[in-house]
Amino acid sequence: MSDGVLDIEGIEINLLLEAIFQRYGYDFRDYARASVERRLAQFLADSGCGTFSEVTARVLREPQFFHQVVPYFSISVTSLFRDPFIYLALREKVVPLLRTWPHFKVWHAGCATGEEVYSMAIMLREEGIFERARLYATDISQPALETGKTGIYPLDILKKGSAAYQKAGGRGSLSDHYHARYEAAVMDAAFARQITFARHNLAMDKSFGEMQMIVCRNVLIYFNQDLQNLVLQLFLESLDHGGFLCLGDKETLTFSSVADSFVAVDEKARIYKKRVRR
Amino acid sequence: MTLMDLPGCERDIRAVAIGGSAGASGVLREILAGLTRAFPAPIAVVQHLHPDDRGLLVENLGRAMRIPVVEVQDKMPARPGQVHVAPADYHMMVERDGAFALSVDDPVQWSRPSLDVFFLSAAKVWRSGLLAIVLSGANEDGAAGLRAVRLRGGMAVVQDPATARFPKMPLAAMTQAGLGGGMSPGQIAVLLERLERRGRSGRSG
Repeated sequence: MSDGVLDIEGIEINLLLEAIFQRYGYDFRDYARASVERRLAQFLADSGCGTFSEVTARVLREPQFFHQVVPYFSISVTSLFRDPFIYLALREKVVPLLRTWPHFKVWHAGCATGEEVYSMAIMLREEGIFERARLYATDISQPALETGKTGIYPLDILKKGSAAYQKAGGRGSLSDHYHARYEAAVMDAAFARQITFARHNLAMDKSFGEMQMIVCRNVLIYFNQDLQNLVLQLFLESLDHGGFLCLGDKETLTFSSVADSFVAVDEKARIYKKRVRR
Repeated sequence: MTLMDLPGCERDIRAVAIGGSAGASGVLREILAGLTRAFPAPIAVVQHLHPDDRGLLVENLGRAMRIPVVEVQDKMPARPGQVHVAPADYHMMVERDGAFALSVDDPVQWSRPSLDVFFLSAAKVWRSGLLAIVLSGANEDGAAGLRAVRLRGGMAVVQDPATARFPKMPLAAMTQAGLGGGMSPGQIAVLLERLERRGRSGRSG
């Protein structure tokens, strides 16, 4: 295969991303390129189109076709108490400081279908500070948010979550926090009063208030370094002094532009704290 | 076939990608044992691990090797003279600027990390400068990736299936990439050591 063929495909993908941005306002141009290429290659195969230029032509003229592409960009990977060890670190190193605030706000950015938001809520409840918490759960995907808002999950998700809950330092039983109904489980209605699910596009939207903790796990890996820096700057501005930032366990501030503004609270669990300016 | 006859041995290697699964971790130690931080290109390792593995392979390799071994984090640059290991439960890729990228996209060939995913992205970035090696394993992950490496002019090597504890993976890769044969772990080790020596003399000359 000649290099020329490869370059043409690169140009085609640039034009497709530009077309999506100009036509629909969704900006995927600074998403991590290698992942974008993988997903678009998958879409190309599924769509029946021969080339990305063909995809671009249809995207421009057929909104419905565009809406078939969007899910290929939105990431939806989550589970109850995903990476249980981070909850142990949170209980030990973050909860004692959260206790010192009379009220605190947690922003879970890129929450997908909400399992990790409920995990956080359960942990805070067991630590006796959920009543003082306000949780904001945001994602780019409206369908994912709808699932989170209902708090209804297939029963096997809860069964799998039960083992993770124990590893995460659970104090009782996961079933203390949901009600089983046939093949589905409904999260305890008391959670809903303090959790707000809202649509938010990290690549384009602004901050919405001062937070004591921001959780954003395995979302930044889908952004390139420029967009990562932009989003991390948004987090920095949205955090109270001494507020916490929790990233995915292979995400690091080391290569970012805000590395100096945070100190590591737990390097392995990727929990950072915003430096207090003197 | 002697090592001197190997195709592509005289070309410049800009990166080495090594993939394996069941039965590969011992081979990995064997083929990396002779290398040092003077190795002239980055080495990337994609080894199938249990999703809960917390860097054990990296720790074990790191203790046993002279060449530095690190677990990849998102956006980490690929450095010459260093072995970069894909973390468990993430796909690893490389971007055009030579930095690693991770994803939690669905498993490919029931595997995350997947050899195919890494080889495909590495082939795009390093093209004819890539040496890709498939070791022992019990599934067919890596075969499509190795084929892509060859299509872009890279050099493809598989562990001789007769020397592999699980020959399915190198066999599939050999077939799909259209290779005539494989190399024993000892031969692969010699090939890598020769690349290191040539890199050294290249720099001094």
